[in-house]
Amino acid sequence: MTANLPPRADGAAATTPNREPLVLGIETSCDETGVGIVRGSTLLANVISSSMEEHARYGGVVPEVAARAHLEAIVPAISAAIAEAGIRLDEVDAIAVTSGPGLSGALMVGVGAAKALSVALGVPLYAVNHLVGHVGADVLREDDSEIELPTIALLVSGGHTSLLLVRDLVSDVELLGETIDDAAGEAFDKVARLLGLPYPGGPHIDRVAADGDPTAIRFPRGLTQPKDLDRHRYDFSFSGLKTAVARWVEQKQDAGEQVPLGDVAASFREAVVDVLLTKAIAACRDHGIPRLLLGGGVVANARVRELAAERTAAAGIELRIPPLSLCTDNGAMIAALGAQLIMAGHAPSGLDFGADSTLPVTVIQA
Amino acid sequence: MLLAIDTSAGTSVAVVDREAGILVELTELDTRRHAEVIGTLIDRALHEAGVGARELTAVAVGMGPGPFTGLRVGIAAARVFALGAGLPVLPGVSHDAIAYGQPDPVLVITDARRREVYWSRYAGSDDAGLPVRAAGPGLIAPELLDTVTGSAPIRRLEPEGVSAGALGLVAEHLSAHRRAFASDAALYLRSPDVTPSAGPKRVTG
Repeated sequence: MTANLPPRADGAAATTPNREPLVLGIETSCDETGVGIVRGSTLLANVISSSMEEHARYGGVVPEVAARAHLEAIVPAISAAIAEAGIRLDEVDAIAVTSGPGLSGALMVGVGAAKALSVALGVPLYAVNHLVGHVGADVLREDDSEIELPTIALLVSGGHTSLLLVRDLVSDVELLGETIDDAAGEAFDKVARLLGLPYPGGPHIDRVAADGDPTAIRFPRGLTQPKDLDRHRYDFSFSGLKTAVARWVEQKQDAGEQVPLGDVAASFREAVVDVLLTKAIAACRDHGIPRLLLGGGVVANARVRELAAERTAAAGIELRIPPLSLCTDNGAMIAALGAQLIMAGHAPSGLDFGADSTLPVTVIQA
Repeated sequence: MLLAIDTSAGTSVAVVDREAGILVELTELDTRRHAEVIGTLIDRALHEAGVGARELTAVAVGMGPGPFTGLRVGIAAARVFALGAGLPVLPGVSHDAIAYGQPDPVLVITDARRREVYWSRYAGSDDAGLPVRAAGPGLIAPELLDTVTGSAPIRRLEPEGVSAGALGLVAEHLSAHRRAFASDAALYLRSPDVTPSAGPKRVTG
């Protein structure tokens, strides 16, 4: 009854380290449906379908809206990715999928899809960590310069603000610190809202800040006081900063004065970026690691990249930033991490894993 | 021969053949483990039926109504399995699977959480043996069910799970009689729980 089955990859890629596996990666942890295809460390396709516009009127990502959008986008995104890569689905050696961390209902769409595709194609499935995926994106850079390890990695997005020590991409990632309240991208969205700017806040804060003075207002730098540094040396906090901006703006408004939007935006942005890089460079120094990798959607912010270049150059630290299309959430980075796991001889994840909204960064593969 | 998937209640996967009926049906009733079990159930169902993905003719899937998170797992799996295997998707209303095989009128009721239920009223079965949905699917508080039952007394069916095997058989019959399938839109019957932002709140008094 199985005589007319097409040749299958079976578990070959699982047991024999495959030099250049063709991997399809699926990412649905937040509001982007990402499907990417890589061959080893070579990027073949990176398709992203974003539901960002649907969230704009709510001022932030609505989990149920995001999950519904994933369900409608997943098949078109896979089809577009295989067309972009110029391959057929039955040539794929393995599937990789984000199993966490992220929005639970959103993750489950990708997990369900990936498992079904793995069974339909008869190929192994790798469940991988979204945050480590952001680091994995660096192996896809076109200049072929290999990432040197260990490295400190700073991942900043609407959902995460994490400082990692990466000793080995597939086996040793340590969480040094993370935000204890809002993510940096979330702070940009909230401050944009109180300044009357649209969602997502980052690009609009950037635009308005261009005409402002970043030293005009000294907003607080969360968790940088000596008393905080003992327990939260590498942790972040942006909730107090957001409140400080709101307070400052309300005082101006109550006094009947005009709010200098440019100065507020530039000073707020400077406070965020200053804390991010102060802590990232401290991590590099403390661990004697002269390398810093940036990832996450907030890296698209011009000031983040500018100050990162300045501060790392001054400190003698090598700065790596993956191409911007690979910094925001995408499936290519998930495929890339899957390919790294395969090439390192790791066994597939099987079919029994679930979506884990709080998957710790130390769990690289579920 | 169809692969049938329904996750509108628990997770149910079946392999169904028009002539031979339900070859395999595997069901996990736990309504919180759809993402965990969906892959294994599909894999085991095909294996136990001794069928390869390429020997199937279509993938039938229950579009709900059902709680969103679980419902999406099955629909995503069905759509992507069909893409991977080069098969069409046959969408069905999950309640039709519950009413399948009932010659007399029935009221199908399934859990919608948040103190509400999903309902559909059926007038019995037609000549082809297919359930005739007279009203629904809808969403209602259980104490108001009397308002949707119609004038005559009606038997209520409130199963814990939905059978993917029955869903697959309905799809096979619809194909055989060239009937229309359900819409391929998920039957959420509720809008996402959000209201547009009213603007920022003051932080100073």
